[in-house]
Amino acid sequence: MDVKLKDKYDVIVIGGGITGAGTARDCAMRGLSVLLIERFDFAHGATGRNHGLLHSGARYAVTDQESATECIQENTILRKIAAHCVEPTDGLFITLPDDDLAYQSTFVESCKRAGIRADIIDPEQAKILEPSVNPTLIGAVRVPDASVDPFRLTVANVTDARLHGADTVTYHEVTDLIIDQNRVVGVKMRDQRTGEIRQAYASLTINAAGIWGMLVAKKAGITVNMFPAKGALLIFGHRVNNMVINRCRKPANADILVPDDAVCVIGTTSDRVPIEQCDDMRVTDEEVKVLLQEGARLAPALASTRILRAYAGVRPLVASDNDPSGRSISRGIVVLDHATRDGMEGFVTITGGKMMTYRLMAEMVTDLACKKLNVSKSCATATTPLPGSEAKTAPEAMRTYSFAQKSADGRHGTYTKDIHTPDSLHSALVCECEGVSVAEVDYAVAHQNVTNLIDLRRRTRMGMGTCQGHLCSCRAAGELCQGNHAQEAAEDLASFVNERWKGIKPVAWGAALCEAQLTATVYEGMCGLNQFVKEGGEK
Amino acid sequence: MADLQINSESVFNFEQCLKCSVCTVYCPVSAVNPAYPGPKQAGPDGERYRLKSPVFFDENLKKCLNCKRCEVSCPQNVKVGDIIQKARMKYSTHKPGLRDRMLASTDFVGTMANRFAPIVNIMLAMKLTKTVMHGTIGVDKHRQFPAYSAQRFETWFKRHAQAEQSQYSKQVSYFHGCYVNYNFPKLGQDLVKIMNAVGYGVQLLDKEKCCGVAKIANGLYDQAKKHGKINIDSIRKAKEAGRVTLTTSSTCCFTIRDEYEHILELPQEDVRESVNLATRFLFQLLDEGKIKLAFRSDYKKHVAYHSACHMERMGWVVYSTELLKLIPGVQLTMLDSQCCGISGTYGFKRENYEVSQTIGAPLFAQIKALAPDCVSTDCETCKWQIEMSTGVPVENPISIIADALDVELTKQLNAN
Repeated sequence: MDVKLKDKYDVIVIGGGITGAGTARDCAMRGLSVLLIERFDFAHGATGRNHGLLHSGARYAVTDQESATECIQENTILRKIAAHCVEPTDGLFITLPDDDLAYQSTFVESCKRAGIRADIIDPEQAKILEPSVNPTLIGAVRVPDASVDPFRLTVANVTDARLHGADTVTYHEVTDLIIDQNRVVGVKMRDQRTGEIRQAYASLTINAAGIWGMLVAKKAGITVNMFPAKGALLIFGHRVNNMVINRCRKPANADILVPDDAVCVIGTTSDRVPIEQCDDMRVTDEEVKVLLQEGARLAPALASTRILRAYAGVRPLVASDNDPSGRSISRGIVVLDHATRDGMEGFVTITGGKMMTYRLMAEMVTDLACKKLNVSKSCATATTPLPGSEAKTAPEAMRTYSFAQKSADGRHGTYTKDIHTPDSLHSALVCECEGVSVAEVDYAVAHQNVTNLIDLRRRTRMGMGTCQGHLCSCRAAGELCQGNHAQEAAEDLASFVNERWKGIKPVAWGAALCEAQLTATVYEGMCGLNQFVKEGGEK
Repeated sequence: MADLQINSESVFNFEQCLKCSVCTVYCPVSAVNPAYPGPKQAGPDGERYRLKSPVFFDENLKKCLNCKRCEVSCPQNVKVGDIIQKARMKYSTHKPGLRDRMLASTDFVGTMANRFAPIVNIMLAMKLTKTVMHGTIGVDKHRQFPAYSAQRFETWFKRHAQAEQSQYSKQVSYFHGCYVNYNFPKLGQDLVKIMNAVGYGVQLLDKEKCCGVAKIANGLYDQAKKHGKINIDSIRKAKEAGRVTLTTSSTCCFTIRDEYEHILELPQEDVRESVNLATRFLFQLLDEGKIKLAFRSDYKKHVAYHSACHMERMGWVVYSTELLKLIPGVQLTMLDSQCCGISGTYGFKRENYEVSQTIGAPLFAQIKALAPDCVSTDCETCKWQIEMSTGVPVENPISIIADALDVELTKQLNAN
């Protein structure tokens, strides 16, 4: 999709993760002209590699009241403005026999202080509410946790930014900041697919590139002390639990189990990694073991449940600005005005925070942008529903839907009505595990900036189900290329199958290994897909 | 925590599905009715989303025949059919109407019909009755109801057979099922004839209720459970008295052995292995050299064997066909293994008639082309369907064996 760039924008936002998308939306809604630049696909980085947990804030209540308060406020807001991305599951904080039950009262008190509803419930009651929970629990607290889909949340923000006039480009990497006398006036970016270098100009450039933001800042000669912390997670084949399950103790490894769509996710670990590793994170055997051991303590069924894949994301931890040694770390939101901090005009950085506090981060940095650009319009993102979340489909209407329409409703909300299925060809399923129809694929291609199979996966969940692409990727590749560019389509297919394998490999045993073997037999053995693998391919 | 991920398990193995789709290839309904999502989608795929929200339940699941051919085809031992039945049980909001209750209550309706059998049979065969039932309650007008017998099997047994059973040192119990009791006592009589000839006495169960297959299919789960418990208790009593329980219906047998536990969640592990199909029991005795059979030399028949779905599921086709092959005068042809389409009460419903006949069409064509003297199958509803659709008579293997048996010689051979 070639976007014709304007001569000059009010704001360039670097980074198409949830923070950048939210910032682009907020800026556009306040009337600024915006260009959003993403180096790969939306939600490609840390945004798409976490639990998908809409924290109630309870997890931080004891250790970090400020974060806890932010969480519960944003939790309440997102349930309203992003209803189609959020599933109100509620969560449990359970105390196991080797945990200190005394911590529970500290925990509940801290929650209440932060404004988080926290009800102590009887362990027997907890077992009824959530039958998968470890039956040896000795205490349980119910909190308003929920599950949120970061892919659709990001896309909904991007869509709304565009509806408000923003331009967006994906697969463009910012190679340089254009600096004119201590002022960032624009960026140079390389089109990842053609290699073409393009330039764009703006009064203000907002660095919202997450952990990679430290590299962006460096291009202006500015140091932002960040510490990439790797967090590994495992995806199980189906929902073991319908409520989020947490351990009621000081935050530690693998103590959150989140139901997301048709799967559940256990995480995370936490290890410092060098920035160079952040573009190619691999989950180690040790991490898998820790996740399983600890996970099975939350819900014993995990010990024998099929694992679909392992993945890892990176938290953008930022050193407190007044601590040059970088040892004191803030998990909170960090807005850096490089004009006052470093004497560099036209450049600000928004970082830290959490996926689920993105809206607040966007509001804070947009407030700063508006101040700098002398725009007085106030923020409306807390009360304006995102595209797709304007209304919730009534259960009676849902009953008349097909499987594909029901699952699409969870992904596109009110926009499901724009997915037209005039005939059986369009209502046919591309992805059977996740209920993605041909029509939904066509819709994503037409309206959601899909350029390849991996983008399509983020928009529709195609390939994210039990078969991990075995049945659907070939069909989707055919639908994407529409018979043209067969060579590119085959290469895209090969890289998609490889990307799926990368996540399966750390957990390749049992049924998952059988599945992978079947996939390999079909794609490699029968179709000879290996000849289309570009450099770095494994399978 | 040493056992982490050593076993991978899930309810009915739904998560062991490799998405190979072979179940959908073997599904008789998917082949003819695009509105049915197919076993893979209705089973393991759908289950993942139903676990997320019951809203993902699809009433089209009622189009499943419960033939279990999906389970036979699955290389991963996924209980696809069970997943579908259980989902219907758990999520369906459809309430059984008068028609469904009538079709499901084989025992109650049978009891009533026996009393007035001649009238009922004429009535049920009348075009007017059929048209009325078609229009009002939705029983398809094309269907022939199996004729009701004037005398129940149980009555016949008590009057004519029971007294002499005690003379045998070895004893079995007989779960005759509704069809033998109300419609076709001859099959039960045939079994008694064979068992007596090989030196076994036959006893009725303490209490016998309908096995419940029709009740499960029509959503009357509580009734099915209640009756199931009574049957299990009776089978257990027989077992304690040293008697195995035989059936002459593959479906009754399958229901008691598998559906009770999987679908109705009735504990029956202790008695499961003492429930056996009569042909399998006879074959096992023959195989162990415990009995001998002798056949009449003047018996000649071309028999085409139809593998009923639940026979396939149990993997027991071979017992019936090996027995038939022992009869010197029988020329046996194996029909292709495919569903006849009736699936108990399914095919009786107006909305299913067409699908039912389309599913069975290739089988009917094969039978007509072959033109055997009779078709043999272990399932009574297959019998109705094939007789109605081809005009060729259908016999249970037990009846063929009984007809071909040289009773006197067999008795002599088994005298010691």
